[in-house]
Amino acid sequence: MNTLNELKCTFPARSENESFARTMVCAFASQLDPTVEDLADLRTAVSEAVTNSIVHAYRGREPGLIAVTVRLLPEGVIYIRIADKGCGIADIAQAMTPLYSSAPAEERAGLGFTVMQSFTDKLTVTSRFGHGTTVTMRKKMQHGTEQATGSRG
Amino acid sequence: MVELKQEPQKLTAFLSGELDHHHAKEIRETIDFAVREQYPPVVVLDFRQVSFMDSSGIGLIMGRSRLMEEYGGTLEIHNPPPHIRKVLRISGADRLAVIRNSVKKERPKPAPKKPEIPLLDDTPETEQTEKGTEPEHEYAQ
Repeated sequence: MNTLNELKCTFPARSENESFARTMVCAFASQLDPTVEDLADLRTAVSEAVTNSIVHAYRGREPGLIAVTVRLLPEGVIYIRIADKGCGIADIAQAMTPLYSSAPAEERAGLGFTVMQSFTDKLTVTSRFGHGTTVTMRKKMQHGTEQATGSRG
Repeated sequence: MVELKQEPQKLTAFLSGELDHHHAKEIRETIDFAVREQYPPVVVLDFRQVSFMDSSGIGLIMGRSRLMEEYGGTLEIHNPPPHIRKVLRISGADRLAVIRNSVKKERPKPAPKKPEIPLLDDTPETEQTEKGTEPEHEYAQ
């Protein structure tokens, strides 16, 4: 993977950090001068992944950490990795089923993975029950202004 | 953030800011408290001032939709910005509630602007209307 730029950040799995996490990723992605729509999609996808970790990973115990890595890859692709060391997901297929939620009492819609899938180009979820979950996403960002990089390099 | 407007038949919740998991709980509690006070036939969630929404907003809509079903009320979603419309569409929440986009702006009061150049076409019409109504005013007096 030919990484052109990279950001790493770790923060506690507290709901106050949801806004910070998605804003941070979008600020990093802004160097690509993406369209408003692509940036909004990215913001939403990141929010879903981080919220999943905050809501589920450290349930019933002191919130642990969430590690976010953002990479700028060639051809305007943004790669995002969001990892926690929480409870893990026993059945990933079930967790990814639209409208399924393990926390319906908290009015989780069960659409987090559906949104991540819809708003990015590629989503992978790996999890070890009892050890944590890692979500990676890739999204090619379209330029907001025409041919901004046409003659560079 | 949420501001409520209570009318006899309608409760409108003007949502604003970022509607994520962190903020959804307080919004939900504020709306539900008001709903249970008056059980309005119509509850409106107005999204005009919402700058961001993820699936936590869908959870909010689904939950309110269930609450409305309990007593036979109707849920309406007003003025979702384009990005929120997209989240609504992929989640199928547009089938849970009536979605409306009002043309007029409800909150900012626009100062009536007069065109700098008088519209010539309008002038004769206005005069005609005024002339036409003059006799009625005279009769009324």
